[in-house]
Amino acid sequence: MDLGWLVLVSILKIAFVIGVLLLLFAPVLVLAERRQSAFFQDRLGPYMGGFPMPRALLDAIPYLVLGAYVVAALCGVMFAISLAMVATGNGQDVLFTEPVFGIEHTWGGLMLVFFPLAVIHLVAAKILPFLFFDGRLTIFGGLHALFDAIKAFTKEDIVPPRGDKFLHSIAPIIAMVPAFATAAVIPFGPTIYVDYLLEQLPADGAIGGTAIDIQVANLNIGILYIFAIAGTGIIGAAIAGYASDNKYALLGGLRAASQMVSYEVTLGLSLVPMFMLYDSLMLPDMIRWQGEHVWGVLVNPLAFVLFFTASIAEYKRVPFDAPEGESEIVAGYFLEYSSGKWLMYMMGEFIEVAVSSAIIAVVFLGGWEVPFLTRAGWEAFGYRFDLTGTGFDVVSNVANSHLFIIIVQVVAFLAKVMVLALISIQVRWTLPRFRYDQIMSLCWKLILPLSLVNILVTGIFVLLFQQMGW
Amino acid sequence: MAYAIKKPGRTVADQSYVVEAVKGLGVTFKRFFQNTIGPAENRKTATIRYPEETREYPERFRGVHRLTHRVDGSPRCVACLCCSTACPAQCIYIEPAEYEADDPRHGYERYPRVFVIDELRCIFCGFCVEACPCDAIRMDTGTHVPASWKREHFIFDKETLMSIPGKDGTYVTANPRHEPGDPTHPGLDRDKAH
Repeated sequence: MDLGWLVLVSILKIAFVIGVLLLLFAPVLVLAERRQSAFFQDRLGPYMGGFPMPRALLDAIPYLVLGAYVVAALCGVMFAISLAMVATGNGQDVLFTEPVFGIEHTWGGLMLVFFPLAVIHLVAAKILPFLFFDGRLTIFGGLHALFDAIKAFTKEDIVPPRGDKFLHSIAPIIAMVPAFATAAVIPFGPTIYVDYLLEQLPADGAIGGTAIDIQVANLNIGILYIFAIAGTGIIGAAIAGYASDNKYALLGGLRAASQMVSYEVTLGLSLVPMFMLYDSLMLPDMIRWQGEHVWGVLVNPLAFVLFFTASIAEYKRVPFDAPEGESEIVAGYFLEYSSGKWLMYMMGEFIEVAVSSAIIAVVFLGGWEVPFLTRAGWEAFGYRFDLTGTGFDVVSNVANSHLFIIIVQVVAFLAKVMVLALISIQVRWTLPRFRYDQIMSLCWKLILPLSLVNILVTGIFVLLFQQMGW
Repeated sequence: MAYAIKKPGRTVADQSYVVEAVKGLGVTFKRFFQNTIGPAENRKTATIRYPEETREYPERFRGVHRLTHRVDGSPRCVACLCCSTACPAQCIYIEPAEYEADDPRHGYERYPRVFVIDELRCIFCGFCVEACPCDAIRMDTGTHVPASWKREHFIFDKETLMSIPGKDGTYVTANPRHEPGDPTHPGLDRDKAH
């Protein structure tokens, strides 16, 4: 790879990561935060924001839905005819090898086109009516997040008259940048072998040609980089508290600083057993280990619970949000923030939710590994998904192709992260806030000793297994 | 008699908080799915999408005023000023006038040339409806004063008040009106001696 190509690929990767964080996770999590909480409190939540749609489009929706069912029914009929002809054994040649309208593989091709089409149509028919409300495109309330952001940005930006203007302005940036920077080492998918995109990869062995990781930087210190960068988030909160010229903000900044410093320790220590198991600090190596053996959460559930707790506390989220405790110190360290600066704190928090969920997904839930999906295709208990010679060989060729596997694995990873993020937002709306001394004693008296014990026990088992030659 | 209150024991599972936290998550998730993807009859959602969906007000709700019509479309109001007298907020302004000379009601009763209600002043106590001897002013419209962005839009004149239908969609009331000259008319008129 020459330099220009490398730079281009790196820029594309960075754009991908930032795009996923900003365009996928931020809006979805804002929406989840506001509507998920509403639904289980028996409210509807914000749903109003939307773009007015032309009348003609709105009137066409019932016909689109009807069309979806017609297409799906046609597909069902086609599928039934094909199955019947294949089953009776006399139709296979007609279906898949005889040219129709002078074109070869017409039936197989039509099936391949029509099935995804039918699925898309049926899903659309189910979803379409929910996207619109009262003549507006609201996307189930999703656009409300966008309008919230626009509203926040266009509000007046107030700096306290006796606050430090420079520090006050730079603090939200310092708080938000680590959230994005930690995303640099997260692998969103497996290595792409550009030369073999449409082919089936061999099950094992090295593969030549150009290889691209779906990861901005595969550092050999891997997860230590995440801890290092996440640690700098403390500065943002502490400076915000200091620069606001407000005693509540100062208290919040102090609480944030001490809490984050404390949980920084447990955050690292609770993951040490996993490093020992995986024998690597690099995140892709951890995922490959889990793909070959079993997901980390099953190997060491205690580490999962400890790390999940510590990561919630490290990112100052409920129930560990004493730094912003509304009932005691109003809003804590970002009390004096408004407009875009406040939005940066909020966005940083949501990106942190996504990033910490991604780290948990990588270390404990197998990252982009999907059960029964190997590099060479779908495989369960020694049986390979292979339809060669049955007439449906196109299907298995596509399903086992490198490109399709990459897409499935990236989507699986994003789905895991999304589920974890939604759970941690649900935690936010379920558990009441801990008292500040409880947070501290939980950290130093419970999680820290438990993670040390976990290191000891895991170390003993790892040594045992090594001695037994496993 | 004094007795010892038995404190609920706390097991290790309670103390560890993990089990209880997961239970709590179970409760909230159950409610979440019940209110979103569950069957519609199980949903407990208490709020509605207000401006687009509205709830019906109760029957005796005192809504925006209306002036009822006679059969011929003229106001039932006889400009007796009872309502404006009874009004504690003093939001009703009436200018009475005589009917034309050829009208059978001329010399017998008056009509409101100007009938204005300041809906921003009104406290919706319903005293005007109570005071009215002719059932001419009613608050049975079942709607509230519509929001607007101009103060003047809340000054309802006679035409506006007469253009608001009742909850049943009609402009008259169920109570019969005995016009002067009707055989059912109980009152005195010029032709009848005392």
